Amino acid sequence: MEASRASETATVLPLTAPNPARRTWVGAATLRAEDPALLTGEGRFIDDLSPFPSEHHAAILRSPYAHARITRLDVKPALALEGVTAVITGADVSAACKPFPVGIETRPVFYPCAIDRVRYMGEPVAVVVAEDRYIAEDALELIDVGYDPLAPVVEIEDALHADSLPLHEAVGSNVVHDRSFAYGDVDGAFANAEEFVEAKFVFPKYASTPIETYGVIAHYQRAADTYVVHANFHGPFILHSLMAQALQIPSNRLRIVVPPDIGGSYGIKSAVYPYIVLIALASKIAGVPVRWIEDRIEHLCASSSSTDRVTWARAAVLKDGTILGLHLDQVDNTGAYVRAPEPACLYRMHGTVTGAYRIPAVAIRNRLVSTNKLPTGLNRGYGGQEQYFTLERLVALVAKRLGLDVIEVVRRNLLRKEEFPYHAPAGSVYDSGDYHAALEHALELADYPALMAGRESARAEGRLVGIGIGCIVEPSGSNMGYISIALPKDLRDRSLPKSGCTEAATIAIDPLGAVTVRLSTTPQGQGHRTVAAQIVAQELGLEPKQVEVLAELDTQTSAWSIASGSYSSRFAPVAAVAIRNAARKVAYKLKAIAAHQFGVAFEDVDLVEGAARSADGTHVTSLKRIAGAAHWNPSSLPDGMEPGIYETAYYSIGLLRPPDDDDRVDSSAVYGFVVDLALVEVDSRTGRVDVKQYVTVHDSGTVLNPMIVDGQIRGGFAHGLGGALFEEIAYDENGTLRSGTLADYPIPTASELPTIVIGHVDVPSPFTPLGAKGVGEGNAMSVPVVIANAVADALGANEVRLPLVPHRVWEMLQPNAVEAR
Amino acid sequence: MSYCSKDGRTTISLEVDGKRVKAAVSPRLLLSDFLRGPCAAKGVHVGCEHGVCGACTVRVDGQAVRACLMLAIQTDGSRVETVKVLGIADAMHPLQERFQARHALQCGFCTPGILISAQTYLREHPAPTRRDIEELLSGHLCRCTGYTPIVDAILDAAELERR
Amino acid sequence: MKPAPFDYYCPRSLDEALALLAQYGDEAKVLAGGQSLVPAMNMRLARPGVIVDVNRLPEAAVIERCDGSLRVGMLARQADLERMPVALDAVPLLAQALPHVGHWQTRNRGTVCGSLAHADPSAELPLAIVVLDGAIEARSSARGTRWIAAGQFFESYFQTALQNDEIVVGASFPARREGWGYAFEEFAGRHGDFAIVAVACAVALEPNGVASEVRLGLGGVADKPHLAPLTAYCGRVLSQRDLPEIANAAVADIEPPSDLRGSARYRRALATNLAQRALTRALASARTACDGLAQ
Repeated sequence: MEASRASETATVLPLTAPNPARRTWVGAATLRAEDPALLTGEGRFIDDLSPFPSEHHAAILRSPYAHARITRLDVKPALALEGVTAVITGADVSAACKPFPVGIETRPVFYPCAIDRVRYMGEPVAVVVAEDRYIAEDALELIDVGYDPLAPVVEIEDALHADSLPLHEAVGSNVVHDRSFAYGDVDGAFANAEEFVEAKFVFPKYASTPIETYGVIAHYQRAADTYVVHANFHGPFILHSLMAQALQIPSNRLRIVVPPDIGGSYGIKSAVYPYIVLIALASKIAGVPVRWIEDRIEHLCASSSSTDRVTWARAAVLKDGTILGLHLDQVDNTGAYVRAPEPACLYRMHGTVTGAYRIPAVAIRNRLVSTNKLPTGLNRGYGGQEQYFTLERLVALVAKRLGLDVIEVVRRNLLRKEEFPYHAPAGSVYDSGDYHAALEHALELADYPALMAGRESARAEGRLVGIGIGCIVEPSGSNMGYISIALPKDLRDRSLPKSGCTEAATIAIDPLGAVTVRLSTTPQGQGHRTVAAQIVAQELGLEPKQVEVLAELDTQTSAWSIASGSYSSRFAPVAAVAIRNAARKVAYKLKAIAAHQFGVAFEDVDLVEGAARSADGTHVTSLKRIAGAAHWNPSSLPDGMEPGIYETAYYSIGLLRPPDDDDRVDSSAVYGFVVDLALVEVDSRTGRVDVKQYVTVHDSGTVLNPMIVDGQIRGGFAHGLGGALFEEIAYDENGTLRSGTLADYPIPTASELPTIVIGHVDVPSPFTPLGAKGVGEGNAMSVPVVIANAVADALGANEVRLPLVPHRVWEMLQPNAVEAR
Repeated sequence: MSYCSKDGRTTISLEVDGKRVKAAVSPRLLLSDFLRGPCAAKGVHVGCEHGVCGACTVRVDGQAVRACLMLAIQTDGSRVETVKVLGIADAMHPLQERFQARHALQCGFCTPGILISAQTYLREHPAPTRRDIEELLSGHLCRCTGYTPIVDAILDAAELERR
Repeated sequence: MKPAPFDYYCPRSLDEALALLAQYGDEAKVLAGGQSLVPAMNMRLARPGVIVDVNRLPEAAVIERCDGSLRVGMLARQADLERMPVALDAVPLLAQALPHVGHWQTRNRGTVCGSLAHADPSAELPLAIVVLDGAIEARSSARGTRWIAAGQFFESYFQTALQNDEIVVGASFPARREGWGYAFEEFAGRHGDFAIVAVACAVALEPNGVASEVRLGLGGVADKPHLAPLTAYCGRVLSQRDLPEIANAAVADIEPPSDLRGSARYRRALATNLAQRALTRALASARTACDGLAQ
């Protein structure tokens, strides 16, 4: 099965009046500007940088226990080791720092380092600063710590138990958050139902695991009382505010610089921020610049992960498959702390909780528990895979219960294109889509009738073959207001309302006419520099290679805001527009100068092929000359025009508002769509799941660069398949991590990943000027449940637990099945 | 017999990317740290330090190996090659060109190790099958691409080299 | 993840190396390929005070056929064998097992003898040498050379019969013999992972079709490679119908561990299944070998 771009229905909206001379760059598969440096070993990742002279190196002592009181902490032997500069402990941290703000009412206290109690295996206990990392690790072994072990709380259902030992004494319970919501006529829906389908769903904890780990290089500059920190942190930059509050400094004294290259993140590097605070403090206390590069063992035990979730779900349905309403009782496990932006995992999909279906009524109870596990955070698909695991398994179970083909149930409930913009009951406003066309395209690509026939004949031979489907709405461009829905309205009203998805971009033209774009999107491989150059080139009548794009972000010199950064697939719907708008400001100025020089009307000037040209063709002046006038000869500019060319644009989608009084929130800017079909075969002897065929059809709106879009789809698929078949951050009953090395945390390799077929039914979004929707997360959301559905179909099983590792699948096949941990 | 105490240093001389290097190293200094530090070969990326991820793969005396699983002191007299030996930005090696054309890299962190592995492997196996390349790549972790474009790029490059 | 400090010796002769081991005993660790030792040192799970780097010993990388065996010197890399068609042809079981050993990049550095000395109970090469009834050559300065039968060499998890002043200087893998067939089967989570269960099998057929020897070993099911007692099936003509029974017999007395990669009963089922596959293939290849003889 050869990978193919099976269909191209993407259309590119003309940005300005059509002009035959203008090359259309947006929508082209432009080769990436990032690649030559990365391919020749000239990337500039965090550990490649040496921003400060005479830096020292940090290593972090971490708890070997899941849950214990610290009874003794003696750092003197470590300090006595030659080459050791300082040792920082919880006492130093609590003296210098405030706990991080927490977005739930019970506010469990969270510091970047354990103070007197450890709550997960791997939690920082002390930081050694030394001349090099080798010595720093030697010194860790000399720190004397006494631990008094406490009863660990590991699984969600243990934490729900009233007699589990509370991790946070001040909260008094391991249920740290509990809110209920209802939208539409839920009682009516359940009263009118002809059937009920009820099930419990368990979703595991796994992680993004980029190949580059966290890195922080901090320098406390005493005279200025300022922390300058370089870190592979990619936002959201609302976390800058939290860091400044924790450090108790004015926010303009925390300068964060993000390197031009980040070695992958998929969300997880947003959680480097507590380490930014910790290493910043270490620099202040040690009096030297400090470099900390997380090692892989640290990363696997103490960086971040997705949440594990247990959901009790109930659907009210009619016999024809119509879903009238849902009851969802969801419990998320954010681990030992509720580290911001948690509890966002529970709420990112809140407005979108009914997915791609016309489900008019839904009641939700959301709880959050604390357990002695690694704290959670952004992880490609964030919240989506958990949500869709429930919803799409439920749809499959509805079909099974009613004896209908699942495709029929999907078709009956799937939103129709005339229903857009669609106001989902919990508040999301879906911008555009043709879900049925996408579904039909997927069925066609997979040759569904042949697939069904093949399944039947394989089954006749006794083989275990199954088909899985999933239809998911892929939100992108998070509304910064959605997290506040975790607070009840009265508490929400006590703080200022939040909304929007603001991003910024800056474009300058220098005295010799060269164009430089400065982003605040902190990319980690998504090709933002390439796409930005395409957009700016198109607006200014240049070629992309003439546009230099800088990906470094500096909170003191870049334009940014609370939503800035790279997460929630926000580049295409939001950041790309900020870039375009900045380019339009520049184009406006260039045209105004040219019109003035040519003596023609503004409307009669166009920017083409590196020059400004009058409509009648009599005047042509190079862009270099036009821009040069703004630098070299301001007196030649039109009256009142500022000299120089340096334009910044901020952009947010205006439709995004804070949650309303009825707890409705439009949680994202735009909404893409993904439909996946999988054919799997299970080897009954080994339990191995073989993905024989996988088709994924996307609505990603206007495609800005098809090569990059398909790259994002493949990457999202790989993460989704990892979660479906391989990866779990596993703990034993004592809270001891069992997946602490890359040998035990099995990331799929080229030998394990099947080739996929990608299709497109792209419907441009009317809510964002470029029409583009995010695309990086859809398959991370869909693949776990689609594989689960296919395996359930193959095995005839109702209950499926991920990851579907061979021994777990094999155990499911045994007559006296016992659940494999 | 050569000896170096745990607190001491031994001077080694070797060739790194075609340049002679002489440096005093302590016995426990990993080759990966030596290349990134004193040799400034920043194209050697460190991803796991236990030999699984493959990001630090370099060529030592003609063999593709994990730099995190060798000691610098072991490379006295050796020829070490990193991604720098392939090509430069305006004169890329066919593997590099095909990686760009196939969109076989995104964040690019795993890429240098894969390029060294692939270049070395193709010297021994000029006509690999798709399955061969998948097996070769099972020694490298990539979290961005889903591997398919990497396999395609290496197969393309093998074909180009055969022509 | 950086190793703890150690004194480093790089001997230029075997005698020097042996003298160091005699001097430092338990404190010293031999560094050959380093593909298992160095990760353990980086994680500080291993912290030898003295490293004896044997990579510069002369002529230690020799691979040669002698007296019906393939002799593999202490520094022969796993990939060196893969690059020698003659060697692979001589020991077909090794040819089948090697692609499962780690990855090409680690086989370029990892040594055959190092893998034997490391004695991971899931590793492929220990299993292969046990099934082939090979031997390991150990040397010490005090007692000189001794050959240890593979069946006696592996004692438990990462434990061998090697004394702490001894070094593995070579291993001897019996070469393909007339009428023999070989098969290696493995099931692992991912390509290149340590086996959840591995099976190596060697079957000898008389020209009349009688099986004169049935050797079958299991990896990943015990603290060391497990050689199944199958002598009851020798001296009989074996048909495909007999194989499930033999496979069951092969796993009858194993007590596999339960862990993250599978329960005991899962491993037992896998072992039975892989044993049957390995027997099928080994028997088929033995038959081919016999047919070749007959012609």
